[in-house]
Amino acid sequence: MFEFIVGHYNYWMYVGLMMIGFYAMMAKRNLIKKIIGMNIFQSAIILFYISTSVKKGDVTVPILEHAHDGHGAHAVDIMHYANPLPHVLMLTAIVVMVATLGVAVAVTIMIYRRYQTLEEDEIIMSIRRG
Amino acid sequence: MVAQIPILIVVIPLISSLFCPLIGLWRKGLCYFWTVFSLSLCALASIDTLLTVMESGTIHYRLGGWTPPFGIEYVVDHLNAMMLVIVSVISLIVAIYSKRSVEQELPRRFVYFYTVFLLQVTGFLGIVITGDLFNLYVFLEISSLAGYALIAIGEDGAPLATFRYIVMGTIGACFYLLGVGYIYISTGSLNMADVQQILPQLYHSKVVLTAVAFLLAGLAVKMALFPVHVWLPDAYTKAPSAASALIAPLMTKISLYVMIRVLFTVFKPYLSIELLPITDIMVWAGFVAILGGGIMALAQTDFKRMLCYVVVAEVGYIVGGVGLANTIAMQGAILHILNDAVMTIGLFAVAGIIVYKNKSHNISDFHGLFKKMPFTMAAFVVGALSIIGVPPTCGFFSKWYLIHGAVIAEHWAFLAALLLSSLISVVLFFRVIEIGFVFEASHGGHAHSTGHVATIDEAPLSMLIPTIAIAIGIILIGVYNQTILSNIIAFAVPKL
Repeated sequence: MFEFIVGHYNYWMYVGLMMIGFYAMMAKRNLIKKIIGMNIFQSAIILFYISTSVKKGDVTVPILEHAHDGHGAHAVDIMHYANPLPHVLMLTAIVVMVATLGVAVAVTIMIYRRYQTLEEDEIIMSIRRG
Repeated sequence: MVAQIPILIVVIPLISSLFCPLIGLWRKGLCYFWTVFSLSLCALASIDTLLTVMESGTIHYRLGGWTPPFGIEYVVDHLNAMMLVIVSVISLIVAIYSKRSVEQELPRRFVYFYTVFLLQVTGFLGIVITGDLFNLYVFLEISSLAGYALIAIGEDGAPLATFRYIVMGTIGACFYLLGVGYIYISTGSLNMADVQQILPQLYHSKVVLTAVAFLLAGLAVKMALFPVHVWLPDAYTKAPSAASALIAPLMTKISLYVMIRVLFTVFKPYLSIELLPITDIMVWAGFVAILGGGIMALAQTDFKRMLCYVVVAEVGYIVGGVGLANTIAMQGAILHILNDAVMTIGLFAVAGIIVYKNKSHNISDFHGLFKKMPFTMAAFVVGALSIIGVPPTCGFFSKWYLIHGAVIAEHWAFLAALLLSSLISVVLFFRVIEIGFVFEASHGGHAHSTGHVATIDEAPLSMLIPTIAIAIGIILIGVYNQTILSNIIAFAVPKL
């Protein structure tokens, strides 16, 4: 059991972070806190992907020096390099997440200009009052 | 050139959206023509692709010449060729329709509206055409982000509705991404066809089951399946008319398409139907969505909001139809994707015209609309009859196949929900039609005394012609449903 928990610590970390973010998104009444929760949630997923690319042992970053030995032959043992694909995927996902953050903050500014508050309760009150 | 058509379908709107603000610097009005021009090219390319697929089968397009599963591959079979035509033609119609409405509602954002509009269409088309799971996520987020922007510039209260949509939409997209992550760590591949080959040995692994759960939960949020539909009514009601006419018919339908892809292309039907009770759950989810959406629609006094709940109920039709898991029901469900997209855009187009003329989308303000706008309301009646399911409108036929499928599957509860939903729709739309016919009940005497009895005050032609065209389309699709069914949908249905 202890082995199971320690052996999969990266998954526990990501699940914990994700739940923190999820809680903030659902339960917090302040819009900025919701956005922060959203970011934690997304970062947890990035962490998950990156942690899956790790290999144990004599492993380095997937940057190849002198990969071609002049005859065009590849002398690469993939077991010595971390899997680059999840990193690449997450670069794209980070761009998407930055864009989401940008749109969310822009919308929050619109809300603030209109209602002069970022507390969801107060905004709903002021919508009800007309 | 001809071989490059699949990528052109996505690239044309993407590049045009980059040029749109530049053109807007020079002449504002040209943006509209630019959008219509590029979407026409896109629609032609899609129709050409559909014809090619019908003639010579599935198209595989390799981006940059990289062989799958290492490179991204675009795969066009009958199902997504049909979806491409639906998306591109409907967005073209909305683009033509939108000019006057955008000029009136968003005078200062005319240029940016069309820029984001094109990005939105890019996202939709990309989701449909791609054969790669991660690429699909990226396009899903492009279309969602563009959708957030389009909805946020709507009427009062739109920003808050958008904020909620962003939170819900992000959760949905992140769940989808997690599901893709689990598939990747168990197969090492992101190509749908490749994953389908590798996965079957792992079907009993818990990782794959988690992946299924995350993918479907994420997509359920995006398609607004009943218990998680809460973002939809607010967002689509408060969006600008042109934006809701674009997003309401397409966003939910495309998520449904992705669901069909995930269930039957990424996983084999064996997993979705026999190994896990996914399809059984889906029928009941559809049952709940049909009744829940219908009942919530009855409670609305706002026309656009009522239509939003009708959309929620229609999502239930398709989810349930796919869940019945027999060929007839599946044909009905796929036909209903087409029909529902056309019906919904018709009704939202009518709503847009009413907002343009009446400045209100509250049903109680609809008095005398039939006298005032006979052509618009004729289009409305056609759309309404189609939602109710009256032949020869297209809604009847897909509902017929769904009912037939429910009988074959002996799922009587779903059958009852389908029939009940028709009754609910009758009540819904006849209420609107009745108010529209009651001619100025409150100040009728006044109208007689001044002697001008409701002169016809129709919408501008640029809005009216697309709306009428959709209404005619609804009837034509109904009349020719057998042709569509036997030539396209028969091949689009996944082999069970």
